[in-house]
Amino acid sequence: MRLATAANAAYTATLAVTELLGCKQCGGGGGGGGGAREELGIRIPRPLGHGPSRFIPEKEILQVGNEDAQMHTLFADSFAALGRLDNITLVMVFHPQYLESFLKTQHYLLQMDGPLPLHYRHYIGIMAAARHQCSYLVNLHVNDFLHVGGDPKWLNGLENAPQKLQNLGELNKVLAHRPWLITKEHIEQLLKAEEHSWSLAELVHAVVLLTHYHSLASFTFGCGISPEIHCDGGHTFRPPSVSNYCICDITNGNHSMEEMHVIPAGSVSITDSFCEVEALMEKMKQLQECRDEEEASQEEMASRFEIEKRESMFVFSSDDEEVAPARDVSRHFEDTSYGYKDFSRHGMHVPTFRVQDYCWEDHGYSLVNRLYPDVGQLIDEKFHIAYNLTYNTMAMHKDVDTSMLRRAIWNYIHCMFGIRYDDYDYGEINQLLDRSFKVYIKTVVCTPEKATKRMYDSFWRQFKHSEKVHVNLLLIEARMQAELLYALRAITRYMT
Amino acid sequence: MEKMARVTTALGGNTLTGRTMYCHLDAPANAISVCRDAAQVVVAGRNIFKIYAIEEEQFVEKLNLRVGRKPSLNFSCADVVWHQMDENLLATAATNGVVVTWNLGKPSRNKQDQLFTEHKRTVNKVCFHPTEAYMLLSGSQDGYMKCFDLRKKDSVSTFSGQSESVRDVQFSIRDYFTFAATFENGNVQLWDIRRPDRYERMFTAHNGPVFCCDWHPEDRGWLATGGRDKMVKVWDMNTNRAKEIYCVQSIASVARVKWRPECKHHLATCSMMVDHNIYVWDVRRPYIPSAMFEEHRDVTTGIVWRHLHDPYFLLSGSKDSTLYQHIFKDASQPIERANPEGLCYGLFGDLAFAAKESLVTVDSNRKPYPGDRRHPIFFKRKLDPTEQFESVSSSALSVFETEPDSSSMGWFVDTARRYALAGRSLAELCDHNAKVAKELSRNQVAQTWTMLRIIYCSPGTMPSANLNHSIGKGSTSLPLMNSFSLKDMASGMGSEARLDWSKGENRSENLLLDSSTTLITNDENEETEGSDVPADYLLGDVEGDEDELYLMDHENAHTEEPEYVLPQEAFPLRHEIVDNPSGPDHLQDKADSPHVSGNEAETVSLTPVESFSLISISHTLYESRLPPDFFSALVRDMLRFYAEQGDVQMAVSVLIVLGERIRKEIDEQTQEHWYTSYIDLLQRFRLWNISNQVIKLSTCRAITCLNQASTTLHVNCSNCKRPMSNKGWICDRCRQCASTCAVCHHVVKGLFVWCQGCSHGGHLQHILKWLESSTHCPAGCGHLCEYT
Repeated sequence: MRLATAANAAYTATLAVTELLGCKQCGGGGGGGGGAREELGIRIPRPLGHGPSRFIPEKEILQVGNEDAQMHTLFADSFAALGRLDNITLVMVFHPQYLESFLKTQHYLLQMDGPLPLHYRHYIGIMAAARHQCSYLVNLHVNDFLHVGGDPKWLNGLENAPQKLQNLGELNKVLAHRPWLITKEHIEQLLKAEEHSWSLAELVHAVVLLTHYHSLASFTFGCGISPEIHCDGGHTFRPPSVSNYCICDITNGNHSMEEMHVIPAGSVSITDSFCEVEALMEKMKQLQECRDEEEASQEEMASRFEIEKRESMFVFSSDDEEVAPARDVSRHFEDTSYGYKDFSRHGMHVPTFRVQDYCWEDHGYSLVNRLYPDVGQLIDEKFHIAYNLTYNTMAMHKDVDTSMLRRAIWNYIHCMFGIRYDDYDYGEINQLLDRSFKVYIKTVVCTPEKATKRMYDSFWRQFKHSEKVHVNLLLIEARMQAELLYALRAITRYMT
Repeated sequence: MEKMARVTTALGGNTLTGRTMYCHLDAPANAISVCRDAAQVVVAGRNIFKIYAIEEEQFVEKLNLRVGRKPSLNFSCADVVWHQMDENLLATAATNGVVVTWNLGKPSRNKQDQLFTEHKRTVNKVCFHPTEAYMLLSGSQDGYMKCFDLRKKDSVSTFSGQSESVRDVQFSIRDYFTFAATFENGNVQLWDIRRPDRYERMFTAHNGPVFCCDWHPEDRGWLATGGRDKMVKVWDMNTNRAKEIYCVQSIASVARVKWRPECKHHLATCSMMVDHNIYVWDVRRPYIPSAMFEEHRDVTTGIVWRHLHDPYFLLSGSKDSTLYQHIFKDASQPIERANPEGLCYGLFGDLAFAAKESLVTVDSNRKPYPGDRRHPIFFKRKLDPTEQFESVSSSALSVFETEPDSSSMGWFVDTARRYALAGRSLAELCDHNAKVAKELSRNQVAQTWTMLRIIYCSPGTMPSANLNHSIGKGSTSLPLMNSFSLKDMASGMGSEARLDWSKGENRSENLLLDSSTTLITNDENEETEGSDVPADYLLGDVEGDEDELYLMDHENAHTEEPEYVLPQEAFPLRHEIVDNPSGPDHLQDKADSPHVSGNEAETVSLTPVESFSLISISHTLYESRLPPDFFSALVRDMLRFYAEQGDVQMAVSVLIVLGERIRKEIDEQTQEHWYTSYIDLLQRFRLWNISNQVIKLSTCRAITCLNQASTTLHVNCSNCKRPMSNKGWICDRCRQCASTCAVCHHVVKGLFVWCQGCSHGGHLQHILKWLESSTHCPAGCGHLCEYT
């Protein structure tokens, strides 16, 4: 006689999800985070009433229960893997194809076979997210970290973690803000630290985790992900506030203040923004057609790249002067002053990285797959899906070939990191991406903590929210690839 | 270069000479190509585009094609190719998507001829037609291939691969109209140059990008492809469907592949990342390269055979900014360093082992039983130098036969099943295990357990009679053990000796004594070992006890030599050997044989330390009640001893039973090693439950987590036989519920029980209920189900 267990975990999981969210809705309209209900002596967490994202109206986002079969499977898998259905998933489900690959990769990185112990993985996630002061991700992973048996003392700051992880701090810092400065010396320092040294496989795992969480932090801020209600660890990190004040408001720079001296998005007339889409499509069409006629000279092409690169440094909204308020998460990074803005002010020169000499498909993939098998494949798939994802629509128009626009966004992000494609005319970027869009991209990619609803609203006004989320996916994948390319190149140089 | 080997080959009047040599380039190379006459090579890269003359002693720079003040991306070459018909004609593929042709015959300094700017993305590859003078083919990142006629300004035809980037294009050498293109998505397409609308044939060659391909220079149907999946595959294209005929697994992504001229089955490869060597493979021997060039310090980016008909000269360019000429004579041949060995188990546990003869003979000189000391099975060994392999001049095949009556490992399985490792008090566990061992006639083990009990459990609780008894026993079995160890040593040493214990020849007795005396006098026993004449040994059988006895290694005896002059206690006790009821059969059979007496004679002098120390231990135990810690060193040594003998079972069992008492004495790594060995053995005997119990009881972190790895249970759909990915009960593919209960016809989501005869089943409760009233299958198939 034999017995087999049919996996019914997923089934119960979905049940739990609905219950959970149901309870979330019934508590709706409540005031501050963590309001206490005194009658029973139990503190009942209350939702903030935003839905999964503060930027996207709740009604735009798919309600759990209305999903189709594919999305349902995704939700079930996600819940089974993480034990929760987080807001990131709820927002990403706009693009189920990508979400599937994303969840698979993340699950593999955090839970499957790999050189690093589980609590290290979550701790590295915390380190990476804290670099961008992303309390959302930090809270999630603090829970997970404790759950897998991590030492709570480590959470008091990087200096309480083992020396080995402390050594990683420097790489984390450089990778998050100035990846082009990574040299093989950085790698060597990590690999040759006697008893605290990393193995190559561990290092690659750590690098993939770091880049993953840096870019996920970009997504979190770029889409204004709301904090988890059912993330009970989250409460401990929230100030015991009484006012209508949420942690993200503090974390994000005070946009409640900003909102006041900002021109309301509505002031731009509908016709204007309608024209915006039309104009963009017109430009794309022009570029497509007259591409061959007007041949820019070699120098012209080179200088266009340089101009774009240089300009990308100064593309900044004016309100980046905010002093970051002291917070719990800040304990994870020793050096708050080290950020992207420092050098952009001083106009530091970013060296050019030729993608034809070191690209993900040929070189990066081979290296990752050698040192951390299977992950190369997963990330490769994720890049592919993100880069090629299209529904052939633009706002209200159908059957549009958006490849040119997507390529422009991708290359613009790489351009900010100094990565150059020999076969791309950087003049196209200027034609296709307007200033407010560039500001948004720049902010989300380089200083995500400064992203505001205003920025989110002010670019591509006529576009759907799903399309804006799509842009965010491009942003985070391009950013992750850029960081990976620099880190992997340094590792390659170390190895040769 | 320090290597001065010179190679000369005659090629119908055209003679190639040279040596392994290199020159520094100013910049990393991306590709190289040779001129038809094999006297010049062109090197192209992002910042270099030069022609070198290959002279006998060195490379000489002949021409720099990068002219003009301003650096242009048109010079930044991804690929370069030299026309095989016209030695003035070159083509390059630029990273910005431009295809450039160069005419060396031009009088001006700038040799640039034509510029084709039709590709939108980087051009990965250019290729001239092998026989047509003006036909050039290019493959680009934008997914298009274009064919240019050099007499015209624009391309004559464009081929759309309908997919992402083209990584390589190659004209077939024999078929005038055919070319092959490889793609980033793993496909290879065959095109007819006259039909730009559709490819002739397409197949998936690799998982991930196919970086390169090469047509076989002689065999028209063969195409070699190399991909990111680290494989080189050879395809036979003559049949309807491309057939994979050879596959070579390399250690890194394959960047280039080139057939070796004049050698039908050889090809050269270099890799994209990580690995800097160039390998020449014989595709029929895919596991080891037949030659290897290790000169480069960074990845090799271009390889090319110097002459179309010369297999000995290979040129290569690399990211380390060097250009090399490799001579085949100087290649390292990994095959010479490799030791081909074959190992196979027979149906009845026989073991055949084949190796190079030199290895075997060396080994047998040193140690007659290489390795099998640790093996718990005894072997009969026939050493016959027989079969000759293709390349190995001589090799030896050894067959280790398990002795028919000793082949069973029954004792191991029994012991594993019956041992108690936890859940009771230490004393009870020890007693239980001692009893188990005893019942299996493993007296020494039984004794050890008893001893452990004495050491670690309070002596007061133990009846003294019992204690005395066990002491007596302990000492009886120990000399016995030693006598066997002697035999073992003797037989081990005299490799020339023909020992057949069952016959009990006198000669062997003498030998035995001989060797054992030498053993005592010499620390090294090698002196006694003579030739490597093939010999048959028939050693004792494997009944529990004998293992340990046999396996008792002489090192121990050595270490304790000083104590050979021993107190007399051992003597009277010795006699109990014969009385020992559970003593090994053969020993009793031959109790009067000269061997045994001989051994006994030896034992007198050797009567060991162990018995002494044990007795003294038990004395001191009574007198001063030493703390158990006092013995931990001894117990540790004992565990080590068992482990070394191959009885890792004992080592692990004791380790678990004693737990904290002994754990700190043994370093983590050794423990882990023992655990893994034991678990491995248990699993080989399919003792899953016991191995699981051991894993659970172990305290090594590395071991306990074994239980936590891959805990997923994969289920296949009973309809379509494909794995079910999402849920355990519904199949995504055939949209059916895979496991319905035969009784209630509902889907089973929990425990599913089924009959192995007819494979029907259902809810456990339902089936149980059904079977109370019926013997037939609930599904009505007529099978008389048995659920036991």
